[in-house]
Amino acid sequence: MRVGVVTFPGTLDDHDAARAVRYAGGQAISLWHGEADLHDVDGVILPGGFSYGDYLRCGAIARFSPIMSAIVPAAERGLPVLGICNGFQVLCESHLLPGALTRNVGLHFLCRDQEIEIVNNQSAWTNDFAANSRITIPLKNGEGSYQCDKKTLDDLERNGRVIARYVGVNPNGSMNAIAGITNEQGNVVGIMPHPEHAIDSLTGPSADGLAFFTSLVKSRV
Amino acid sequence: MMALDTVAVASATPDIKQPWRELGLKEDEYQRIREILGRRPTSSELAMYSVMWSEHCSYKSSKVHLRQFGEKAPKSAALLVGIGENAGVVDVGQGYAVTFKVESHNHPSFIEPYQGAATGVGGIVRDILTMGARPVAILDPLRFGAADALDTKRVLPGVVAGIGGYGNCIGVPTVGGEVVFDPSYIGNPLVNALCVGVMRHEDIKLAKASGAGNLVVLFGAKTGGDGIGGVSVLASETFDDKKPTKRPAVQVGDPFTEKVLIECSLEIFAADLVVGIQDLGGAGLSCATSELASAGTGGMRIELDRVPLRDAHLSPEEILMSESQERMCAIVPPEKIGRFLEICQRWDVVATVIGEVTSGSHLEITWHGDLIVDVPPRTVAHDGPVYNRPMKRPIDQEVLLQNNAESLPRPKTSKEIADAILDLVGSPNMADKSWITEQYDRYVQGNTIAAGPSDAALIRIDEQSFLGVAVATDCNGRFCALDPYQGTQLALAEAVRNVAVTGARPLALTNCLNFGSPEDPAVMWQFAESVRALADGALEMGLPVTGGNVSFYNQTGSTAILPTPVIGVLGVIDDVREAISYKFTGIKEFILLGETLEELSGGEWAHRQGHLGGIPPRVDLQRELSLANFMNAQRDYIAAAHDLSDGGLIIALIEMLLQSKTGAQISIHGDTFMHLFSESTGRVLLAVDPKDANYLVAQATQAGISTTRLGKSGGENLEITGVETLSMLHIREVNQRTIPELFSA
Repeated sequence: MRVGVVTFPGTLDDHDAARAVRYAGGQAISLWHGEADLHDVDGVILPGGFSYGDYLRCGAIARFSPIMSAIVPAAERGLPVLGICNGFQVLCESHLLPGALTRNVGLHFLCRDQEIEIVNNQSAWTNDFAANSRITIPLKNGEGSYQCDKKTLDDLERNGRVIARYVGVNPNGSMNAIAGITNEQGNVVGIMPHPEHAIDSLTGPSADGLAFFTSLVKSRV
Repeated sequence: MMALDTVAVASATPDIKQPWRELGLKEDEYQRIREILGRRPTSSELAMYSVMWSEHCSYKSSKVHLRQFGEKAPKSAALLVGIGENAGVVDVGQGYAVTFKVESHNHPSFIEPYQGAATGVGGIVRDILTMGARPVAILDPLRFGAADALDTKRVLPGVVAGIGGYGNCIGVPTVGGEVVFDPSYIGNPLVNALCVGVMRHEDIKLAKASGAGNLVVLFGAKTGGDGIGGVSVLASETFDDKKPTKRPAVQVGDPFTEKVLIECSLEIFAADLVVGIQDLGGAGLSCATSELASAGTGGMRIELDRVPLRDAHLSPEEILMSESQERMCAIVPPEKIGRFLEICQRWDVVATVIGEVTSGSHLEITWHGDLIVDVPPRTVAHDGPVYNRPMKRPIDQEVLLQNNAESLPRPKTSKEIADAILDLVGSPNMADKSWITEQYDRYVQGNTIAAGPSDAALIRIDEQSFLGVAVATDCNGRFCALDPYQGTQLALAEAVRNVAVTGARPLALTNCLNFGSPEDPAVMWQFAESVRALADGALEMGLPVTGGNVSFYNQTGSTAILPTPVIGVLGVIDDVREAISYKFTGIKEFILLGETLEELSGGEWAHRQGHLGGIPPRVDLQRELSLANFMNAQRDYIAAAHDLSDGGLIIALIEMLLQSKTGAQISIHGDTFMHLFSESTGRVLLAVDPKDANYLVAQATQAGISTTRLGKSGGENLEITGVETLSMLHIREVNQRTIPELFSA
């Protein structure tokens, strides 16, 4: 199982995403923003960070990179794509997922161990979770408040496309406490907190995040 | 616009009046420059000398004292690169080398808190990068005025957002530091930043320009008009219309450029393409070119007009002094320049060959072909003025020592002691700092084993062997005000103990010495005592001082800050999985290591009473060493450990209980208040499995460390003999509300 991990200038969690893929038993393939080449990978991770400095708007410039011109059509054809944090923002800017991530309600960057509930365990990236699992993984971002119009929100809720919700106090003002969503086919997932930083309780708050990566790796063995 | 002031012009017009005074030079310093050059300096040379001979760059007031770090240096096999380079480097085993250093960005952070703090982080990270290392951790020792002061509400949120804004964006975890409030820092907040970097031994890089014909390459951000301090004076003197050019004195950071610069530089290092490298920090190109040339063979020729500019109108003097951020200067052999530029292009980093190393002994800088600088670089970079400033122990120091906190009226009844506990727990210095630390990314890079509120930050540096390093910074400025010698050794002892309680072996130390004006003999006395104490202490503990930073003039009018020599200690642990945590699960027994004496002066309780006087706690560095050895040797038997410092036993216990989400039943024999609030040093609180308690007490006794068995964890209350029972829920609420109430917008 070959999983591509994209590096944009300003990407920060690419090494962590690659480590998570390895922990899950997959092979991490480094993908460079400047090349429109997916190197025959079976899935792609857009990691966290500040792609292109997040100037203009988070993810707005990354959307136009050569690698995204390869990822968007592949995702539309069913390639599993996981966007974490900045990667989620890039997926929204690329219209692979609806809505947008806006400034946290407190207007501060927030880094804390966050409990979330996996409310859809059918997607390409969540099928290794038991139904309604509650897990604790790091949340760390300044613009993590999920927003969309009412029609989109109804659509997401009605079709089970919300994959994870914050438990307890809503940390950033996301609508319906949404922490992550998926597309209609369930192959593209965006998640704001960081599962790749919870693959080992030595360095993370838990190893709960690993199942995002095993979900993909196990499905294709 | 006036004509270019070339070397030829300077030789022909010896008597022109020059603005040396406005640039901060003394008359004899200006005369010395004329002697060195045998003529008047050109305006560009004057600009270079004035910034390089400033207190900040030349250490002219501190040099005579700092020599002790060399003279008293302990023998250490671990030291790979010592004082004088961008940062010291120590051997941590398995072929790894670690570099770490603290720097201050105090004044800019007062003027513009966000950018001041952000560029402070950026600067120290580049210092570490320059050594050839990947930056892996940032710690920020911070000091602010009274927590409820109006200006603290302006400064603190900006500083915290700036540290987060920069550190989070460059992908280096911010894992520790300190936040301390004291009225003395109003108007002079301290923003210190420590960075840790990791590399293989063979990858260590030095700031040295050697090999005639090698190219000088400037890479990173373009040069702009930001961060030009004194030069605006010069510019205003040389423009015909006499209008001062107002350049912002505080630099503006771009963390995205820094992140790219980090990755680009590490790729360049890995390909072995440079023979020397220097970052551009204070004094910009003036500093980088003169230091590189001075450390090498001396000769260098620079074509200044090749420097890529953000603002085409900058004068050569301004280009030389600009402190635009995110720039590096490398010495590259001509046969490797192709590959060097290729890597820069891949990362979209602007790289320009601006000159070359020559076989001569002068640094020559031209502007469109005209020679504007022709100096022996050593005279700029290393042979600056040295002052032996007068120092005098203040007359009222004795009065201060007599007025001790031990004779203050104390809480007596169980209710009064409980109230004193709650007051301390909710006081700004002791309150929970999550509101601040949650604005920092502590997870990025995936190697953070422990971050604040842990006593020390713990970072894994090898994923296979689990080798790791522990880092802590400490200083109690009140102790230093009472007795700068003892206070400094207390800071050293505490930083060492913070590293030791994780089970790591302390290896080396660095420092950031924040003081008032060196022109005040009382401040100079504090400084001299502090340096003497640190050099003596480092020698006694066998810890090499790998570098440091001095920040003077932290003073408003005649009121100086509390002397604040922040000490950073680095330790190594062979396997981070064996590290001791600061929190535990299950029922544990508490054992106090070390002796408790009646020592309240300079402590947190006295501070809450508005009192500062008396003799600070005694310090015994040998005892600290045996404590450190004990922690390292017994780490497998200790469930959790927490250093006792500010707030004494009661605060250490409560912090551990809050982290472990439990209560405790504690028995105190003797004077309850004194045992809970004394700040005697050399003490550690252990939480151990009840079945290991006898063993550990026996081992400690054998090591000459006194022990006190305090009681057990469990339940939802804090029950202490002689103290009214407090619910942990209430304690937590009091502890957590203070900082958000003060600083949430």
